[in-house]
Amino acid sequence: MDTTEFLIKLILVISVFGISLLIAMYSTYAERKVAAFLQDRLGPNRAGPFGILQPVADGVKMFMKEEIIPANADKFLFIAGPSLMMLTACMTGVVIPWGGELTIGRNTFNLQITDVNIGLLYIFGVVSIGVYGIMIGAWASNNKYSLMGGLRASSQMISYELAMGISIIALVMTTGTLSTKEIVEQQSSWHWNILYQPLGFLIFLVCAFAETNRTPFDLPECETELIGGFHTEYSSMKLGFYLFAEYINMFISSAILATLYFGGYNFPFIESWGLSPNAVTIIGTLLFFGKIFFFIFFFMWVRWTIPRFRYDQLMNLGWKVMIPLALFNLFITGIITLWRNGAF
Amino acid sequence: MYSTPYDYLPMAIMAAVAFGFVAVTMAATHLLGPKRKSEVKLDTFECGIESQQNARFPFSIKYFLIAILFVLFDVEVIFMYPWAVNFKEGGLEGFIEMLVFIGILLAGYLYIIKKGALKWE
Amino acid sequence: MTLTVFYLLSALSVFSGLMVVLSRKAVHSVLYLVFCFFTIAGHYLMLNAQFLAAVHVIVYAGAIMVLFLFVIMMLNLNLAAEAQKTPWIKISAVILSGLMLLVLVASVKGAEELSAAQPQNDIGLVKNIGNILFDKYLLPFELISLLLLSAMVGAVLMGRKEPQPQNE
Repeated sequence: MDTTEFLIKLILVISVFGISLLIAMYSTYAERKVAAFLQDRLGPNRAGPFGILQPVADGVKMFMKEEIIPANADKFLFIAGPSLMMLTACMTGVVIPWGGELTIGRNTFNLQITDVNIGLLYIFGVVSIGVYGIMIGAWASNNKYSLMGGLRASSQMISYELAMGISIIALVMTTGTLSTKEIVEQQSSWHWNILYQPLGFLIFLVCAFAETNRTPFDLPECETELIGGFHTEYSSMKLGFYLFAEYINMFISSAILATLYFGGYNFPFIESWGLSPNAVTIIGTLLFFGKIFFFIFFFMWVRWTIPRFRYDQLMNLGWKVMIPLALFNLFITGIITLWRNGAF
Repeated sequence: MYSTPYDYLPMAIMAAVAFGFVAVTMAATHLLGPKRKSEVKLDTFECGIESQQNARFPFSIKYFLIAILFVLFDVEVIFMYPWAVNFKEGGLEGFIEMLVFIGILLAGYLYIIKKGALKWE
Repeated sequence: MTLTVFYLLSALSVFSGLMVVLSRKAVHSVLYLVFCFFTIAGHYLMLNAQFLAAVHVIVYAGAIMVLFLFVIMMLNLNLAAEAQKTPWIKISAVILSGLMLLVLVASVKGAEELSAAQPQNDIGLVKNIGNILFDKYLLPFELISLLLLSAMVGAVLMGRKEPQPQNE
């Protein structure tokens, strides 16, 4: 890898990082607007036109608040918790194919930062590391509510990780690769995986909700029982990181959903329009973000529509419904794929 | 497609960028905010009453059991990845091999359910 | 370049490994161990053992260390209540770990084929591992399921003996 290549990667990394932050920022705004719309209110409308500067105001407020580290807390871990949460939230963007190839002059730029053989395993790995941010922060707070919230969060996340893994395996059986780029390329035109893996998509979607701790799976922070859950003791930007990481996770989950099941940057019949390759790439990327925004909206829609689960319901759903269902999906996928390949 | 170890370098770059951002933000929020500390403010929050002991108490063994079962099933899921990638070449034979593997673990799963290990009360 | 990365990773692994032992708080040790696992995964990547690297992160860092964290959170309750270590315990710990070190050094010394990384060697890719696993090593693979099954039964039996009232 020479210097120019390194610089290109660096620029790509910084832009993906920046875009994730920007979208997460405006997701907080969108969430409040969507909530307001669903509840027949106006939502934030004071900071700037239509309240468009609200996220900036929130950010500044977070910075200016007093930083409180409880006397009983473990200082190092108390700071490490939200930092880890933020770090893991940002890491997945590296393997997502944000678009095809752009040709500028004689150089071709790939809009994916890196395409590795084990792309899906990498995503799975980052998801499995996501538990630490919450657990460490919750334990370091030395607060009973935080501890309960952290325990709930971590057991919920690890429980749903299993079903998520099995649903991905059914997908891999049909694609035969773990590279995200190849999975997207296989879904060219209208051959989206949602058509071949509807049940797998459903399982993955539910698990994505559980992994991001979004309603109806937001028991770790249900304020009626646990005050703030794992971030009860947090203030200033450390609280900001926890809240912010949730929105980044939501953005990344939406991107993964769109990549794996909704064709990524592919769109039906785009080839027949006779556009130049660069135009196709740009339209594809825009459409990809369109799909992502749809899923982000879906996350919010569900949050303001469906009530929260009870803890035993949550665990039962994870272990006694999702896992058998995912295994069933795997079985059916295997049978159908073999039948289509003429094994019987 | 073939990726070399160099393809993993951007992950390190991303980690460095994210780490830098986190460190700068943490330092900034530490320096910017007011610092008016008092004993009560630094106390553990317990809905207004004086805090009773600390949060270092033993919790339900169910959480621990969930973690153990997670490790076991996670290993199972990991073993399925190399199989799934080769699924189409493996054909019916490979499928049956995996069904045996899953079948044995399914027996364990049914045992767990039967014993009520996942029952929350 | 490769050599620089290798030394950097090795230094980080050794440092985090030492911190695991030297930290006074068990939870800190767990975090350092997780970090150590990441650096080792980096080593696997440099050997082009990509699947192994991913498994190392997912299973060790993502699953087993979560279990460790649960155990430590459950047992490491108050610092004051921590058991005092008698000199005898310390001495036996030193002897035991010394023996362990001896075994490790001996095994490394015995291995002659410790050649440098060969990026052309792609046995570590997922597809090749799958081919070997379901061809040459099919029986051990199926036996693993029995091992996991017995572990499951053991865990359930252990978890059920707890007569304590629920904390929740």
